[in-house]
Amino acid sequence: MAVTSLIGARIQRREDPKLITGHGNFIDDVNLVNMAHMSIVRSPHAHARIRSIDTSAARAAQGVVAVLAAGDFKPHIHAPLPVTNAFVADKKQVPDQFAIAEDEVIYAGEPVAVVVAEDRYLADDAAQLVVVDYEPLPAVMDLEKAMAPDSPLVKSDRSDNIGWDAAFPAGDIDAAFAEAEVVVKQRIGQQRLFPTPMETRGCVADYVPYDNRVTLWTSTQVPHFVRLFVGGALGVPESQFRVISHDVGGGFGSKIRPYLEEYLTTATSKIVERPVKWIEDRTESLLATTHGRGQIFDVEVAARRDGTLLGLKFTQLLDIGAYHGVFSAFQVVACLIGGGAYEWKAINARSIGIFTNRTSTDPYRGAGRPEATHMVERMVDLVALEIGMDPAELRRKNFVKSFPHTNNFGLVYDSGDYPKTLDRAMANIDYTALRKRQADLRAQGRYLGIGFSTYVEICGLGPSAATAPAAGVALVESSMVRVHPTGSVTVSVGTHAHGQSHETTFAQIVADTLGVPYDSVEIHHGDTGDTPFGYGTYGSRSLAVGGMAIMASCHKVVEKATKLAAHAFEASEEDIVVDQGRYFVRGNPGEAKSIAELAFASYGAGLPAGMEQGLEAVSYFDPPNFVWPFGCHICAVEVDPETGGVSIDRYVAVDDCGNVINPMVVDGQLHGGIAQGISQALFEEVLYDEETGQMLTGTMVDYLIPTMAEMPHFELDRTVTPSPTNELGVKGIGEAGTIASSIAVINAITDALTPFGIKHVEMPARPDRLWSMIKEARA
Amino acid sequence: MTQPVALTINGRRRDDQVEPRLLLVHYLREVAGLTGTHIACDTSQCGACTVLIDGEAVKSCSVFAVQANGRKVTTIEGLAENGTLHPVQQAFWEEHGLQCGFCTPGFIMAAAYLLQQNPSPTDEEIERGLEGNLCRCTGYENIRRAVHSAARAMSGATDAASAQLVGSAAAPVED
Ligand code: FES
Ligand code: FES
Repeated sequence: MAVTSLIGARIQRREDPKLITGHGNFIDDVNLVNMAHMSIVRSPHAHARIRSIDTSAARAAQGVVAVLAAGDFKPHIHAPLPVTNAFVADKKQVPDQFAIAEDEVIYAGEPVAVVVAEDRYLADDAAQLVVVDYEPLPAVMDLEKAMAPDSPLVKSDRSDNIGWDAAFPAGDIDAAFAEAEVVVKQRIGQQRLFPTPMETRGCVADYVPYDNRVTLWTSTQVPHFVRLFVGGALGVPESQFRVISHDVGGGFGSKIRPYLEEYLTTATSKIVERPVKWIEDRTESLLATTHGRGQIFDVEVAARRDGTLLGLKFTQLLDIGAYHGVFSAFQVVACLIGGGAYEWKAINARSIGIFTNRTSTDPYRGAGRPEATHMVERMVDLVALEIGMDPAELRRKNFVKSFPHTNNFGLVYDSGDYPKTLDRAMANIDYTALRKRQADLRAQGRYLGIGFSTYVEICGLGPSAATAPAAGVALVESSMVRVHPTGSVTVSVGTHAHGQSHETTFAQIVADTLGVPYDSVEIHHGDTGDTPFGYGTYGSRSLAVGGMAIMASCHKVVEKATKLAAHAFEASEEDIVVDQGRYFVRGNPGEAKSIAELAFASYGAGLPAGMEQGLEAVSYFDPPNFVWPFGCHICAVEVDPETGGVSIDRYVAVDDCGNVINPMVVDGQLHGGIAQGISQALFEEVLYDEETGQMLTGTMVDYLIPTMAEMPHFELDRTVTPSPTNELGVKGIGEAGTIASSIAVINAITDALTPFGIKHVEMPARPDRLWSMIKEARA
Repeated sequence: MTQPVALTINGRRRDDQVEPRLLLVHYLREVAGLTGTHIACDTSQCGACTVLIDGEAVKSCSVFAVQANGRKVTTIEGLAENGTLHPVQQAFWEEHGLQCGFCTPGFIMAAAYLLQQNPSPTDEEIERGLEGNLCRCTGYENIRRAVHSAARAMSGATDAASAQLVGSAAAPVED
């Protein structure tokens, strides 16, 4: 393409100057005149009946404006929280969740009252004075016990503890297993995780009394969802409800749902007739913000001794928590892509969503795909071990090799070259030398292990033809591109970044497509007041779907500018050449008009007959398919058998996300993504007391978020296989690192421990766990 | 019940009446209006609130405002001088050392302090020096790189790559 092409260039982020100088605008930085502060009284019990709430002492406390409980909110909040839970057609229970508990609390952290005061210290003080009389009830914690017909119920009005039970059969699974020469079985856990964005949630609501107009500032990935549902529940039409989300300090899926606090803060502002601020503290966040994962897979694989994979059977048990998250059932997608990058004769999957008295789970970076990848990549290694084949060769033998590929469930992998990323990664880590080093070290009693992950990911959510029947939503995306009279460009989009660098990368796309200077393009997002309706940012969709919506608007603008140029040059449209924002008649590039000149003309008089003034366009993009990034990660670890400690020697990744808009940003997304997967593999785990349902990891002291010292260098490389799904040829990269990495680490650890006869290791592979396994193996 | 405090913040003296229990971080954010210093935990784990007190890096959530009485406090807003970014700020920008940017002010303050103590730290010394700061977005790779690059810039050395990056944010540079 043209030498000025910005697409593909490493451009420093335009987001950064304000962020590195302390001038970001995060939720806690929003302050309004006369603003009151809200603190939430939360249930200390996992399951209890509320006998009574005594607010008198709190009401009398210094600086208190109001103390409110369920009864106070009922006249104002008219709908439960949204759940897009149509993913599973089979048996399903979708209980309504209201913003505040009335007579029964079903997870520790559920709100029972709110206190509003003049400042946050006073609000927290008074919250301590609210006296709630609880009658504790049994907590349902264990997934398998919860499924039993005689299990106590998570909530007394439910029929049982099953949220869904869905079967996904594809092909003749019995025939595949009948053909098997080896069958390997394994139970594989996916521990609960805190998504832990560094910025907790929070919101500021400003309900204008007697006017039914609301501005709600909130830290969210989905401003338009929040407006749709919170406005709907409070009876405020979209036209009078503005949601603003400026800088968002990370989300990782945990800021996708319209949250009950957004309902409560808005209703509270209405009740107290003042702006109200609520900021979640970290301890509160660990209880009140959705968790991720929380699953168990029971898996069986049928294969031949030559390494041919035949059949895959598995059941996903998923801990929904007390209520469905907004997208909890999306994680059933693990069933549909559980076959990974391989050919299978048949797959038979089942997903059971189970309620427990815990905080709800919802998507966390990857949402169903890390789980699927972890499962299939673990099983492939177990088969390789069983038949004594190199894990790389077994993968290569079974890879899907031609594209587009329709998988067992009818999903179409758009493009790929799996052997290429595998080869590249093996070359980059020098696999042969590494195996030799492994052998040498073993002879010295040192345990090096090498782990592969050859993943494929479904992202770019998503084509309405698939998402509407499955989830009840058409996950399209939107844009508005407006060229101002002197040529600067405002682009408004329905997506919303929380670290993904959209202001930079989207501007790169627009500058190239319109042929205007990069600095003249401004990207707006996060404010429903000046952006078209969009579904927000998650599922690695913002570029493949949102970026394409921007392209569509740019094309419309170019089309109109071409008409304007034809008119100006008194030529026919077909004769107009467009080159980097310059419009001229074929053969006469010396006499050209810039898009700025055409824009200026477009707002004036003397337009072509029938043409309206202005140079702008609105577009919605509905992708024809998902996009399918892939790659190969190889991790080398050394395990110290005396301590069970794991040190990561090398981490090599070769990823393919199609065409790249900004390589610096893509690498950054991979770094962060890989780190989160490594962290799941080695460190993180949300623990509850299995009897009482009390959280045991309720602060950052107890929940291990790694520091720099725990993270290795990441050796990145990529191949580029453009996506045929969209004109940009792009896929997605926000989640790929996390999807790939946990199992690269775990496979490396199990490989290291093979001499002890250890075949499988659960996450997190903490030193105490490994030390006990090694000790037991030695005994 | 309030007490008088007098602090010099980013070179300017302020006099306020504060409650003894008011944390320095809340004082900076809510009384002094300097919201660049962030809060990401309630157990002194994350370092998002790091500022310099008399030149030393301190987690401002672990200090009461009254304890800073009479001291000089530098926050992220005070690091750039006369419109010129501090080399650590510049390096975080150039090396993509931030994504959401929420942890960033704390990291930059901690890194600036580290480099003042140790102008050319090794990887390990950086890891130790910044072990009190958490980032959930970057996997730390580019933060480590940014600290090295700032160290080089501060010692007067410039390598070709970083020299190329300085200047217009829009200048495309070969990957
Ligand atoms: S806010 Fe986390 S250490 Fe201060
Ligand atoms: S950049 Fe987001 S937490 Fe560090």
